[in-house]
Formats: sequence, C-alpha cells, structure tokens
Amino acid sequence: MAVRVGIVTFPGSLDDRDAQRAARLAGAEAVPLWHGDPDLRGVDAVILPGGFSYGDYLRCGAIARFAPVMDAIIAGARDGLPVLGICNGFQILCESHLLPGALVRNDHRKFVCKDQRLRIENASTAWTSGYATGQEIVIPLKNGEGGYVASDATLDELEAEGRIIARYLDGNPNGSYRDIAGVSNAAGNVVGLMPHPEHAVESLTGPSTDGLGFFSSVIASVLSSTLATAR
Amino acid sequence: MSDSPVIDSVSLAANTPDVAQPFALLGLKDDEYAQIREILGRRPTSAELTMYSVMWSEHCSYKSSKVHLRQFADKAPKSDALLVGMGENAGVVDIGEGWAATFKIESHNHPSYVEPYQGAATGVGGIVRDILTMGARPIAIMDPLRFGLADAPDTARVLPGIVAGVGGYGNCLGLPNIGGEVVFDASYGGNPLVNALCVGVMRTDGIKLAHASGAGNLIILFGAKTGRDGIGGVSVLASATFGDDGQPAARPAVQVGDPFVEKVLIECCLEIFEQDLVVGIQDLGGAGLSCATSELASAGDGGMLVWLDQVPLREASMSPEEVLASESQERMCAVVAPDKVAQFLAVCEKWDVVATTIGQVTETGRLEILWNGELIVDAPPRTIAHDGPVYNRPMARPDSQDALIASSANDLARPSSPDELRATLLQMIGSPNLADKSWVTDQYDRYVMGNTVLSQPEDAGMVRVHEDSDLGIALATDGNGRYTALDPYAGAQLALAEAYRNVATTGARPLAVTNCLNFGSPEDPAVMWQFAEAVRGLADGCQILGIPVTGGNVSFYNQTGSTPILPTPVIGVLGVIDDVTRRTPHALVGDGSLLYLLGDTSEEFGGSEWANVVHSHLGGVPPKVDFAREALLADVLINSSRDGLIDSAHDLSDGGFAQTIVECCLRGNVGARIIVPAGLDPFTFLFSESAGRALVAVPRTEEIRFTDMCAARQLPFARVGVVDVLATELEIQGQFSVPLRELRAVWSATLPALFG
Repeated sequence: MAVRVGIVTFPGSLDDRDAQRAARLAGAEAVPLWHGDPDLRGVDAVILPGGFSYGDYLRCGAIARFAPVMDAIIAGARDGLPVLGICNGFQILCESHLLPGALVRNDHRKFVCKDQRLRIENASTAWTSGYATGQEIVIPLKNGEGGYVASDATLDELEAEGRIIARYLDGNPNGSYRDIAGVSNAAGNVVGLMPHPEHAVESLTGPSTDGLGFFSSVIASVLSSTLATAR
Repeated sequence: MSDSPVIDSVSLAANTPDVAQPFALLGLKDDEYAQIREILGRRPTSAELTMYSVMWSEHCSYKSSKVHLRQFADKAPKSDALLVGMGENAGVVDIGEGWAATFKIESHNHPSYVEPYQGAATGVGGIVRDILTMGARPIAIMDPLRFGLADAPDTARVLPGIVAGVGGYGNCLGLPNIGGEVVFDASYGGNPLVNALCVGVMRTDGIKLAHASGAGNLIILFGAKTGRDGIGGVSVLASATFGDDGQPAARPAVQVGDPFVEKVLIECCLEIFEQDLVVGIQDLGGAGLSCATSELASAGDGGMLVWLDQVPLREASMSPEEVLASESQERMCAVVAPDKVAQFLAVCEKWDVVATTIGQVTETGRLEILWNGELIVDAPPRTIAHDGPVYNRPMARPDSQDALIASSANDLARPSSPDELRATLLQMIGSPNLADKSWVTDQYDRYVMGNTVLSQPEDAGMVRVHEDSDLGIALATDGNGRYTALDPYAGAQLALAEAYRNVATTGARPLAVTNCLNFGSPEDPAVMWQFAEAVRGLADGCQILGIPVTGGNVSFYNQTGSTPILPTPVIGVLGVIDDVTRRTPHALVGDGSLLYLLGDTSEEFGGSEWANVVHSHLGGVPPKVDFAREALLADVLINSSRDGLIDSAHDLSDGGFAQTIVECCLRGNVGARIIVPAGLDPFTFLFSESAGRALVAVPRTEEIRFTDMCAARQLPFARVGVVDVLATELEIQGQFSVPLRELRAVWSATLPALFG
C-alpha cells in the first residue's frame, strides 16, 4: 500500500499542487488536507506547502498556526508524525513552536527567486535520509521573508545536536544566520526548509531533480517505521 | 445639519432640467453631455452622469481608436483556432487536445507613475481577472516594462517600486512570471509603461462570457468590499495628460490591491465554474460597477435591475455615485440562475468570499438602479457601454518626419580595428537595454505551478498546459519604440515579426496575437498619425502571417506636457507546441555543435541599439520587414525542433549578432569560435539589426539534414562558428576574443550597480 502524504491547503497556499505532484512522483499517494478540517484522513506524513497563507497578514504563518487542521498536526508531530514545512510552511512550523527560531524579511529587502546550491548537513531525519551527509544539491529558492534567525544559544544547540539539516552555498541569499536553509526538531520528524524541493522533481520544469530526495526519504522512513512496528 | 444628502433621482432630474452639472470636471465635452441629454430625454441624474463619464472616457470607450481598430477584424485572417474573438474580456484560441487558451495584454501606465508599487500590482491583478472571467485558470504572466533613462533620478524611484509591485502581486497569486521586457528610454521618464499579460487555459467547453441573460436570474457581486479607492481612475488618470510638472491629478485615483483576496477569488471562481453555476460573469476593473452592470446588461437579452444600496461597503458614508465609480480591486459580478444561488453562495462561503445579491435580470431592456428605493439610473445599457462617442481624430504626418529619416544611422562613425570592435561589444552588452535583467526577473517567481518549461531570459516563455500531457504554449512580447518613431507602420510590424520569431525560436507554432498600443495624446495629429499607421501595419502583418488579433488594449495620453513617449506598440504572440520536451532553449550546450546564422544580414542601423548606445542617435529607417521570410524562418525553426536537428536557437534583434552570441554563451557557460562570414564586414556582421534572422546550434550528426532542409526551402544560411565547451572565451576569429568571465562581469553588473 502506498504511503499517504497529506498536503494542507490554506487560503493563500500556492505550492500545494506542486507538493502533491512531488509526493506522487516519489511514489506516495498525495492526500489533500483542508485548513478548516481537523481530520488528517489517516495520512502517514504531512507537508505544509509554500505560499502566503491567509495573505501573511500580521506575520508570515501567524494566522495559519491557528487553523483547525494545525491542532491535529501539532499533536501528531509531537507523537512522531513526519511533518515538512516548505517556505511558508517553515514559517508556520516556527509560529507553531514545533521548530525554534523565526524567519524574517530578507536582508536585501527584495523577493528573491533563484536556483540555490545547498549542502545537506544531516541525512538522518525523516525527510533527508535519502541524501548523504555533505551532499550538494541545487533546488529553487523563492522568498521575501526567508532569513532564519534565532538566539546564539539556540543556534549553538541546533549545531550541537545536528539539527541544521541544510545550509546555503555560494553566498547567503537572504541573510539567514549561519547560512541556515533548514532545521529539524530534536526527534528529526519535523523539518522546516526555506528552499523548494517540490520545484526540482522533473528535469523539464526544474533546475534538477535533486528535490525528489525529500519525498522519497519520508516514504522510506514511514515504511521502515511501519515495518518496525509490525515486528 | 441635514440628515442625509438629497438623492438625485430620475424623477428629480426630470423636474429640474436646468440644474448645472459638473460634466466638464468629469472629463465630458459639451457635445458629449448634450448627447447624453438627448439619449435620456432629460438631464442625467448625478449617478447617470457618473456612469456615462467613466464609460465614455477614452480608456473605456476607445473613442479615438475605434475607427482604426476595426482593421483587426476587417483584415483578420481565417483561423480555425479562433474560438472567441475581439470584444470579450479576452480572446480564446483552440490549442488542441480539448484545451483552449485565453490571453491578453493591458496597460497600467498612468497609475504606475503616480504610485509605482500599487499601480503595477493592480495592473497584474486586473489582467488576471480578465482571464479568469473567460472561465480559465490563469497559468502565467508576463510584464513588458519601459522606464526613463536608467541613470535618471526618478527611474530609481519608479523602477524598484514597479518591479516590487509586479512581483508582490504575481508571486502572491501563485502565477509564474515567464518573461517580458525591460527597456529604458528618456521619453518614458515622466511616463513609464507597465504592460501586463496573462494567459489562462480551460477545456474548450468551459468558456464563459459576460452576458446577463434570462429574466429572473440574479446578479451576485462577490469578492472584496467596495471602497473609495480608484474613483475615476479611468477618466482622471488614464485619459488625461500629466501636467508639465509631472504631477497627476489625484493620489486616491490609484487603486490599492490585495493579492491574497484575488488568489482566494480565483480558486473560488474555478470551483464555481467547475460546478457550472453561472450564466455569465464579468470582472470589475476600470469603471467598476458602472462598467460591469452596463456591459453585462447590454450583452444580455433584456434589462437589469440593481439594488445598489446592497453593495457591501468599506465606508458606510459612500454616495451612490462613488459606489458606481469605485475601482476597488478583487471584485467579480456573476449572473446566477435562482436554483443555483444556494450552491453558489456555499462555494463562496467555503473560500470566505463575501457574496451579495445586488440585482436581477429583467425584461425591461433598461438598466435601472435603485438606491434605498429611489430610482437613480434608468437608461438603455447599450448607450452607456457601447454607444459612446466615436471620433475620427485629425491626423497628420509631422513635417519633422522627413528630417528624422534623412539623418541616417548608416553614416555614423563606426569602429573598425579589432580593439575598437571589442570595446564596442563590451560597451553594448553592458548598456542598460542589453544588460542582464536578472536584477528584475529574480524578484519574480517563475517556478510556481511546476509547469514552467522556459522563462526569462529565453526568447519566449513556455508552460506545459497540464502535467498529464506534453502540450504546451509559448508566449513572447516585443516592442520597439525607436523603430516605430522612425516608421510607425514598419515599427509595429517589426514588433510583430520579433514576437512571432521568438515564439518559433523555442519550437512553438505562432497562433494568435494580442497588443498593447502605448501612445501619446490622440488630440495631437502627429500622435494620431503614428497610431493609425501602427494599427494599419499590425493589421496588415497579422493578415500576411495568418494569425488573428484576439484582443488588446489602447493606452493614450502617455506624455508629459506636450512631449509624447516614443510610439510603443507592444505585441504579444501566443504559440502552441505539441511536445514541450522538444522545446529549443538558447543556451549553447552541445560540444562541437555548428553555429549557423539563418537569414540575410545587411547594413541596417536605423533605430539600432548601436546607434543609441554609442551615438545617442535616432534617425534613418528601421530594418526592412519581410513576412514571407519570417514565416519561412519560423517553419525551419519549428521543424528543426520537432525533428531534433538543433540543440539551441536564439533570435537576432536588439544589438544584433554580438548580443545574441554573448547571451547564448553565457546562458550555457560555454565558449564559441566565430568566423565572420564571407561578404560581410565584421562591424555589420556583429551589430546590424536586420530582421528575419536566428542563430542555431546544429549537432554535427545533423548538419547535412539541416543544411539540406534550408537549401531545399531556400532559406539563406551561413556557417559562422562552432561551440567549444572547453573554451573559456568567445572568439571572433581574426578580430578579437573576450573571456566569458569578462563578458559576464560586464553584462551582469549594470542593473545591480544602478538599483542596488
């Protein structure tokens, strides 16, 4: 049976269909989830896609965090449900306190869309196990408020625990502290990533197919934990 | 203090014929006002006067351009692909596999000068709603932009704001921006051009039209609430000239957009279309409810009754005139059968979209509008929407035109030594019009939706129509105000030829045309002559190429004081490609691939970028147009793409061969060795802007097949070099060479240095 990956659509979500496609191309069944419906429909993993949920009024992700679907996701994440937040999804995960830190306006004050080189720093999370630690990939980056910030103590803790999962290479595109492109929670099931792996899943439309690894990783992770439970 | 202002009702108007009305302030001429009185048989109420004044404005009524635009219909070539022609919100063409594409380009020039960010943002929002209104899902946008000189102080205010506005709105809507233009010329200094194009797709049986038919059907207004923003935008801003001080009339006349509301409105509308819940639909753009109600009613089979006081307002104190004239963004108006209303409102509620029944279709044949029970409008809707004044404006070829043509660019001093040619090439590629535009395009999301196959800086943008199919569409926009100034007829044709060629260069077959005609004041006979000539040239060109104009937009009064902008028809061409995996990009890739220049090169420097950059000169005649050659070149490019004969292609246009080869090398990050073909001097070869040409890279294995095809079809071709992936330089043999690193440094430094 195919692994079921739920993709939440908030009002203002933009990359939800892209994330569904990426999940399908990796071999999962993509299950649409609706912001107003707390039912997670029995999914094995959840993606919070990019976009401008609720218009990003107040602060990016600040309103989405209170959507009915988020209560179930937050509870699930604490129980080990794999959750990936991409771009706006990353912002929502920070607002939900599932991940530390915050994302602020790019230091150059402009929206930026470019093909970004990254280094995978931790290949043991639910969403990165398909990569090798130190592997370099190129996927699109597109954000206006993608600067990752946190206190020095938090950053040191993230470094020490291997929770910085990806870093920007060839120049920092948005002023993120310590070139951080993505972080995970302590358990490694919740990952926030500012660049967009779902836009690098077909060579026809993306700069590479390097993004597929995030989606195949979670499939492998779900299958192995199912196997472990069965034993 | 009185409780409420007196309502200027129809009965009051009938009883007070002599009340003085501020028609001139609203932009109406004496005879236009007299015509309104004649239509109504009384003086108009203030609400009626508001509606007529906005709908009869130049922007809405096309009163100066109508007599010329008819040529697009009169000369329209037969096209089996055309499903909906001009006159609707946007044209629709059949692109195969049961899909239809709808596309259109519009201007938002004046608001963008006053308030760059909001002006540009709402320009994007408006064109996207036009496409949505046809029943289509918008799938991509493009934005041809024109500014004053790159180093002019005001450009530093206007450009960043406009670019941020285009990006801010488009990015938030989730529409990939797949191309456009960025052009600098002093004439746009007090009048930047912000043109926005949107394309959408739908199943061919899903086309929606703006008709209010079927008595008893209800009129539902949905989307944003109505506020005081944008009141009189079309008459105040878009239909008048800025003063000599560059100061426009009023800031509140620029609308303020909220892309989040529009994004939700798009998804809401698509769900409504999917459930087949509307009889007709119209967006609210320029002239707001005045336009939507009168156009819907006049395209229907009866009349319409509107309860205007039901319109949800942001400010309760708004007068009925303000409600009718408001250009608040993100609003749509639907005609819904009574048995579908509940389902319609349920979809709106799902998306948290405010929806209100504000009227119904009647059998009266009249547009009647009530305000708190009082009749404030009672008029035949056609007289408001379509029977506005039509002017045959005087036009005259200006005397100065002869002197302009006589000042030939071919007589300017040319570089001759290898060192001079090398320095000229570097000067050219670093000039603002030819330099790398990624400072602009990196602020636009080109990836969202996951179907973008080609985007800026490719010759054309290309998107896959649906992920389950390889069917795709390609789009290019082009315009050249300098050519058009020298010869408006040829200038418009050159813009058409270039957009057509750009689409074909990517491997797509050109299918249909949209246009945005940006000109000065129609009250200036010289401008009117430019306009008439450009329209005639464009209509003739489309007829010869066999691709119809499906819609577009005219923007007049682009001038500061008495100085008009360069006449700037911007032409958009839409093409279709059966298999997007066969698209031809412009990056050089294949090692050892042979570079062939297709077409003829002659000494054509009139209006060229070389004359502009090196000599600040505008004079002479523009390059010759040969549509038969363009069609042949397009055939060869399309066939070569389909049969795998070429691995890259790039058209030759502004800046000539030098610009083309530099862009091809830098895009692929590979070197090339170039040989100046026999019979051409190096300068002409490198910098002439002769039309009807493209550079292609042919893998060695395909060389015979490719050259045989060109020979059989009698398309001139010349081998001009070879791709060398190991080389780190561009070499013009016997002349000079430049390291790629140096080319890139010069080409990419210009815009960041100017705009930060």
